[in-house]
Formats: sequence, structure tokens, C-alpha cells
Amino acid sequence: MKQKADVLQGTLALMVLKTLGVLGPQHGYGIARRIEQISGDLLAVNQGTLYPVLLKLEQEGAIASEWGASANNRRARFYRLTRAGRKQLQVETQDWEQTAAIIARFFEVKAEDLS
Amino acid sequence: MRSLRRFLTRLLNPAARRAQDERLREEIEEHIALQTEENLRAGLSPIEARRQSMLKFGGVEAMKQDYRAERRLPLIEDLLQDLRFTLRTLRRSPSFAAVAIVTLALGIGANAVVFGVLNALILRPLNVPQAETLYELERASDKLGIESYPNYLDLRDRNRTFDGLAAFSIGRAALDTGVNPSHVWVYQVSGNYFEALGIQPYLGRIIHPSDEHGPNSAPYIVLTYAYWRSHFEGDRSVVGRTVQLNKSPFTIVGVAPPEFRGTLLFFSPDFFVPIVEQEQVDGWSVLNARGNRCVTPLGHVKAGITPAQAIADLNSIGSDLEKNYPKDDGQMSFLLARPSLYGDSFSGPVQAFLTGLMLLAGLILLAVCANLGNLVAARAADRSREVALRLAMGAGRTRILRQLFTEAVLVSLMGGAVGLWCSLILLRGLSTWQPIPQYPINIPVSPDANVYGVALLLAVAGGFLFGAVPVRQVLHTDPYQIVKSGSIVRVGRRLAVRDLLLGVQIAICAVLVTSSFVAVRGLLRSLHSNFGFEPRNTMLVNTDLNMAGYRGDRVRVMQKRMIDAMETIPGVTSVGLVDAPPLAGGGNPRWNVFTDETTDLRPSNALAEALIFNISPDYFRAAGTTLLTGRTFSWRDDKDAARVAVVNREFVRRLFGSATNAAGRYCKTPDGTRVQVVGIVEDGKYNSLTENPQPAMFLPILQSPSSSSWLVIRSSRDPQQLAVAMRNQLRDLDGGLPFFMQTWNRGLDTVLFPARVATLSLSVLGAMGAMLSISGIFGMAAYSVSKRLRELGIRIALGAQRHAVLQVALGGAFKLLTVGSAAGLLLGILASRVLASIVYQATARDPLVLAGVVLVMALLGLLATWIPARRALSIDPAILLREE
Repeated sequence: MKQKADVLQGTLALMVLKTLGVLGPQHGYGIARRIEQISGDLLAVNQGTLYPVLLKLEQEGAIASEWGASANNRRARFYRLTRAGRKQLQVETQDWEQTAAIIARFFEVKAEDLS
Repeated sequence: MRSLRRFLTRLLNPAARRAQDERLREEIEEHIALQTEENLRAGLSPIEARRQSMLKFGGVEAMKQDYRAERRLPLIEDLLQDLRFTLRTLRRSPSFAAVAIVTLALGIGANAVVFGVLNALILRPLNVPQAETLYELERASDKLGIESYPNYLDLRDRNRTFDGLAAFSIGRAALDTGVNPSHVWVYQVSGNYFEALGIQPYLGRIIHPSDEHGPNSAPYIVLTYAYWRSHFEGDRSVVGRTVQLNKSPFTIVGVAPPEFRGTLLFFSPDFFVPIVEQEQVDGWSVLNARGNRCVTPLGHVKAGITPAQAIADLNSIGSDLEKNYPKDDGQMSFLLARPSLYGDSFSGPVQAFLTGLMLLAGLILLAVCANLGNLVAARAADRSREVALRLAMGAGRTRILRQLFTEAVLVSLMGGAVGLWCSLILLRGLSTWQPIPQYPINIPVSPDANVYGVALLLAVAGGFLFGAVPVRQVLHTDPYQIVKSGSIVRVGRRLAVRDLLLGVQIAICAVLVTSSFVAVRGLLRSLHSNFGFEPRNTMLVNTDLNMAGYRGDRVRVMQKRMIDAMETIPGVTSVGLVDAPPLAGGGNPRWNVFTDETTDLRPSNALAEALIFNISPDYFRAAGTTLLTGRTFSWRDDKDAARVAVVNREFVRRLFGSATNAAGRYCKTPDGTRVQVVGIVEDGKYNSLTENPQPAMFLPILQSPSSSSWLVIRSSRDPQQLAVAMRNQLRDLDGGLPFFMQTWNRGLDTVLFPARVATLSLSVLGAMGAMLSISGIFGMAAYSVSKRLRELGIRIALGAQRHAVLQVALGGAFKLLTVGSAAGLLLGILASRVLASIVYQATARDPLVLAGVVLVMALLGLLATWIPARRALSIDPAILLREE
């Protein structure tokens, strides 16, 4: 159970970074919407789980945040990618693609291929 | 790097905590507001729109916990939370807290005190540089760390494995600085003593090997720091001053550093003088007597040399000496011993006793833990509803256990702190305590980091130990069952484990009570046993004529004058004189004695090693020693008369077999002198109360002179009343004569000291054990009554008799008490054999002891179950059944 949460959190962090990388500074709700749009189910419920991830990323220095005004002119906290975050996104995207490719290859393998 | 940064942020976070909580709240609000707007746009009603967005956001509390976990260090935060919770619950149940803290303070305090003494006497090395390579030489045959001076010189000069072999012996002298002559205790040290130990002077200089040029060549004094402070007020100009030591001039050359007080742990001398001055200090010199063992050799083993190699080196010298001096040297093989406790024959019993005491203290702590384990388990059962509720709301079992352990360890640490504080006070008191007024003996048990460490360790370990008792209980809690039907009384294995703990505790208590009873009885018996003399109504006056400058024939004259002067005091019935009375802390030489027919006088041919007492004619009458046959001495048994001796019964048994014709027969001393046995006296105790019968030989003081003089003054009334008269008589004889006066009963304190200490320690431990048992039984009985209140109420409602109710409520406790006491009594009887080596005639086969133990344990049970029994009997079934 614990491990599943970790995987989720890990991928969630990468999604946050990618979202900010593509869309520029966003507030929490905006990030949640975006991830929901793309991933479908992942954030359909428990959108709140996003905030611990944001905090973790901020503590690691990958993102920074400041208060700003939202579309309807309300106070909202905006998150943006830092330089370190950009680099991290790059590295993790690469890692992820590599891992995904390897896993994909494993799934393609059939019994006769291994003999 | 990244995780380090996170760690630091988290560590610094508590300060910003409020602001962060506020920020999160605002963000959540904003998030939900935005989502609600979106939902409104999708056509939902305002209420539904907000509900949907809340649902979508998910569990706020769970998220917050995650968020906090992300933000800070959850372990520390949980710990703080647990601590706060524990403090709250403890404040709610002050009686539990008080009982737990007090019992733990007892247990841990006892351990800290015993360990403090053990640490100071056994574990801590002597306070000299490189103490780990410092050894004392002792003979393998008797484990005594003493050697004759000539043998020491041979060992010092011929060994190849020591970095300088030093030696010392203790002496007593009179110091006259121009004011009152006073008794002092001195270390007589070899010239290389300070250098071999690596001691630097605090002031002036130390004694060097180059000071020694044969006997009486180095009249120098090095003061100890303490004596310099107390008797010279720390006067720095004291160096170079000349003082009178036993009426001869000595020069103070320096002061030793504060932390150095000789090489015996328990003995603090006043100053150091070179051993070549022995004739000045002791009044005689045995520096040339190879057979007279009087100095303790010690030294650092050279780097790279193992103790075994050093022993082999010494033994090769020893076997050589054995060959060259067969008359003086018996078996000369050596061992290396701890340098601080006079060789293994002394340190062995000390170590054994302290280890035994430590074991007992450990058992006490175990009892405390068992006891508290019971209490904690009972508490956990009482709190089973709360635990069940927490489990039902999703708390992890590990988290609940962690909280329980936090509580246990916190209580234990609090108890430990109280216990340590008490033990520090006790240890400080012990450090300044001087058990025997006449001797500068004290035990420097000042606590150090080791003591604190052990106390902390014990506290934490104890906390975990008793905290572990309810673990199974918590792990097996079924929240559904408990929330549904209230706490369930289960009678099964869990209770059996608890019973076992309590049973062990009762047994331990019974062991302690038994051994302390045995010790007290032994001590009482030894106070009234037959020592071979009668200490009541007798005064001892101890003086050394050599200290007052008497030499040669003047000693004999002065001794006679002192006796005569004492006899003139009204109320005095008889006056004797002896060089060192029995049971006064040793000091009597031992001589090998041979049959008259023996011509080869080597030690192995001796039939007995007799203690030698040099006495005046009237000594036996004054001491109250019974003469069995023959005669005592008279003043005519002097140097010109035939050599005579009075011996004791054991001497006769060893030398002649039977007593019938012993009087009038001859024996030989090591120097070949024929001595005629003229009388036989009863056996006595000479060195310790627990010793086996020793052969003793009494010689007339005129034939065997000694400047050490103990006047034994028997009176018809309380000798304290005559003290002033005695003092005046002595002053009239010689105003410069230092003397020490005490009743013989007080003088026996020295030999009774170990037994007293043992008895006192055992009694204290026994009382503590009894207290613990009471609280343990009380806890168990109270728990059993309160858990079965409903059942008891029903029984009473159905018409059960009082004794039947009690049987149900307390039967278990009483059964435990009986079994535990019986087991403890048996173990105690076995343990009393160990005790017999310390306390005279300690035996548990004594109806009074057995009856006493049974009585105490029964009383204990009665006391502990009194309140629970009252509660069980006062149950009103009507009220009880209505309430439940």
C-alpha cells in the first residue's frame, strides 16, 4: 500500500513539473485541473493530495511560490518552475522515458522469445 | 544534496509553522472556491456545487497530516505529541505516577549507589598516569601484596620487565611542629616511588632515588595536599621547614598534587617519607630482615610486555631467591594484582561482596519492573476502551504501542532522575564518611560519568522492560468487541504471566528478608560470642613509645611505669600491656614454629604459623583470657631468664597433638631459639570473627620488647568514667606522649565493620524488597477486585459468606504469596552460605530466623491485601448491579 502511494507521488511530482514547464506559473487548482484533464482518473478524487507534493517540491527547490491574483482577482498562490526544477524535469523525463521503454519491452516479450 | 536541503528546511520549520498552516488553509479555500465556481457554471445548485468540490478535494484531515509529515520530521513531532499526551494522562492519574516514580527511584537509586561504590573501588583505575599498566606484586601462595625489603630490592634490581619497581608501607608516627604532638599516618616509600608512578610535585619537590644513601640518610617529608591544606593552611613557605617526627628532625621538601593520595584507594595518608627512614618512623628497622614481609611492591609493566611475561620474569628471580635464602623465603611465585586494594586476598572479598550487592540491586530493579509491568498492564486493560476507540478511528497499532512505550520510558526517566539525585546525596555522604575513627580510612566514591550513564541506561532499559508487558494485550485488542460490550475480563494466559512476575518478586523479597535476618542474627551473635577475651568494662590506651623518643631500655622502664600509674587509679582492677591486641585490625606478626627436634628450620618444616603477642605479666587477667593450665609470666621472665611462652589450645593441638603434657615442653622459633611452653590459654579470635582457630603464642614483653604499647585497663565500673584520670596519669608521666584511648568494645568496631556493612546493606535492600512486594501484591489484589467487582456483587447478592468472597477476590494473591515466600526462603537459606564468609556464624538453620521470615511475609501479605479486602467486603450489590 505504502509503495503504491510512493509511485503515485513520484509520478505526480513529475506531472506537476511538466505542467508548470508547459503552462508557466499556475496556482494549485490550475495544476490540478490540468492533470485531471490529461490523466483522467488520477486526480478525479483526492485533489488535496497535490498539496503535500507541491510542498515537497518547493522544499527541494524545484519550484518556488508566491502570492498573486487569480483570474477573478482573488488572492492565490502561484507556483513556478525554478532553474533547478527545469533541470530536474529534464533529467526525470529522460529517466522516465528510459524506464518506460524498458518496461514496455518487457511486456512485449513473449515466452518463445526467451527460449 | 536535495534530501539534505529538505532535512534542513524541515528542521527549521517549527518556527514558521503557524504561517504555513494559515497558508495551506487559504490555498485549500481558494482551490475549493475555484472548483465551486466551475461546478456552478456546469449548472449545479450552489449547495451541490460546493459539496461536489469538497468531495473531489478529498479528506482534508488526511491531506493535512500528509502535508505536515512532508513539512516536518514526523518522528520528532510524534514523539512530542506522545510526550504531551503522556504528561496529560499522568497528571490525570497522579497516584499511578507517584507509585511508579517512587518505586523506580528506589530501584534505580539503589543500583546507582551500589554501582557508584563498585565503580570507585573496582572499576575505576587508580588516579595515576597510565594506570592500566600499573600492577601490584603479590605472592601466589597467599595472595598478599607484601614482600620483605631485601626481596623487594632484589626484585627491583633484577627484573627486566618493569619500568621501575617502587614499594611502600604504611606507618604511624608522631609529628611535632612545635605545637601539640599529633598522630600521623605516613607512607614510607622507596626512593623511586614518585618517579615510578609518574607523580609530579604540586609544590617543592618529590623524593628521588638519589636521596637514598642507606638507612637514615633521607629525613625528608612530602606532604599530601589534603594534610598541607588542613594542617599548614596551604602555607607555601612550608617547603624547607624542619619538623620533629618521633623526636627527630625532618625537612618538608614538597607537597604532592591534590588528586594523589597514595596507592591504596581507601586509605588517605598524611605524608610520605623515604622508607630508609624506617627506624625513625617505626622505631625499628626490618630493612635487612629478608623474612619480614612489610612493603608492597608495585610498578608499571614495560610497554610491549604482557603480564604473563612479567610474572615469568619475577618467578625466575623468585626461584633464585628461594634457593639462596631457604630459611626466609617460602614459595616465591608471583601474581600481578590491582594496585589499589592490597592484593587479591583483600580485594577478592570486597569484589565478591560488591558484586553480590550489585546482583541484589539488579534483582530489586527487576522486581520494580515486574511490579510496574503489572500496574501498566492493569492500566492498559482499564484503558482498553480508549485504545479500542483509537484503533477504530484508524490509529496504527505501532503508533499506540509507541505511545505506551513513551509513557513507560518517560516515567522511568523521571524515576531515574529522582533516584539518581538521592543516590548522589548518599554517595557524597559516603565519600566523607570515616567508618573507623582511629584510621584515616574512607572510600572516595565520588560519582563520575559512568554512574550517570549507568543510571540513564537502567532507566531507559527499565522503561522498555515494564513497558513491554502490555504489548500483547494491545496487539490483540479487538476494537469491535470492546466498543460493543465494554471491557472484557479475560482469565487466561495473560494473567498467568503477570502472576509469575509477581511470584518471582515475592520470592526475591523473601530471599532478601531471609538474608538480612540471617545477617542481623549473626551480627548479634558475634557481639556476644566468646572472643577469647572479655571486651566489656575495659579501656584500651594505644601509644607508641618510639614516637615519643623512647629507645632501647627506656621503653621497658616507661611501660612498667605506665602500668603502675594506671593501677593506682581507683576502680581499676587490673592492667595489662600488649604490643597489639587481638581484633584490633591486625598488626601481629606471624612466626613459623617448629618442634624441638627439628634442626632444618626452613618454612616448609614448620608445624604452625603462630600469631605473636608480646604481653606484660598481668595481660591475661586484664584481658579476661582464661588460663587453662600452667602459669602466666611474671616480671622475672626477663632477658636474663630462660625463654618462655604461653600458647593457646590450637597451638598445642598443632604442635603437640594433645594438651595433657604440653606445659613444660619446648618448641623452636625461626632463629633457632628454644622456647619453653609454661602455660596454655583458651583459643580466641585474633584477626577476624569468621576465622578458623589460629595458633597463637604469647611472649613476655621483657624477652620480646616492643615500643608499640596497648594498655588494657580493666575496671569494676564504666571505664569511660575513668578516662579523665587515665589521661591525667599519662600526661603526668610524659606530656609529649601521643596516645589514643577508647573502650575495647569501640575498638572492636574495626573487625565488626564488614559484618555491619553487610547487615546494613542487606537490611536496606530487604526493606526495599518488602516495600516493593507490598506494592506489587497490593496492585494485583486491587486490580483483581476491581475487575471482578460485578462477579463479587452477584456472589454477595446470592448470599456468599464473607470468607468465600475473600477467597474469590484474594485467593490468587495469597496463593502467590505462599508459593513465592517458600521459594524465596529456600533460596535465602542457600544464599546464607555466601554470607557466612562475612558475618560470623551466619546460618539460616535457626528457628528464630525461619519463624521471623514467615511472620514478616505473612504481615506483608496482610498489609498489602487489607484495602482490597475491605473493598471486596464492602460491595453493595444493589448499587453495583444498578450501575452496570
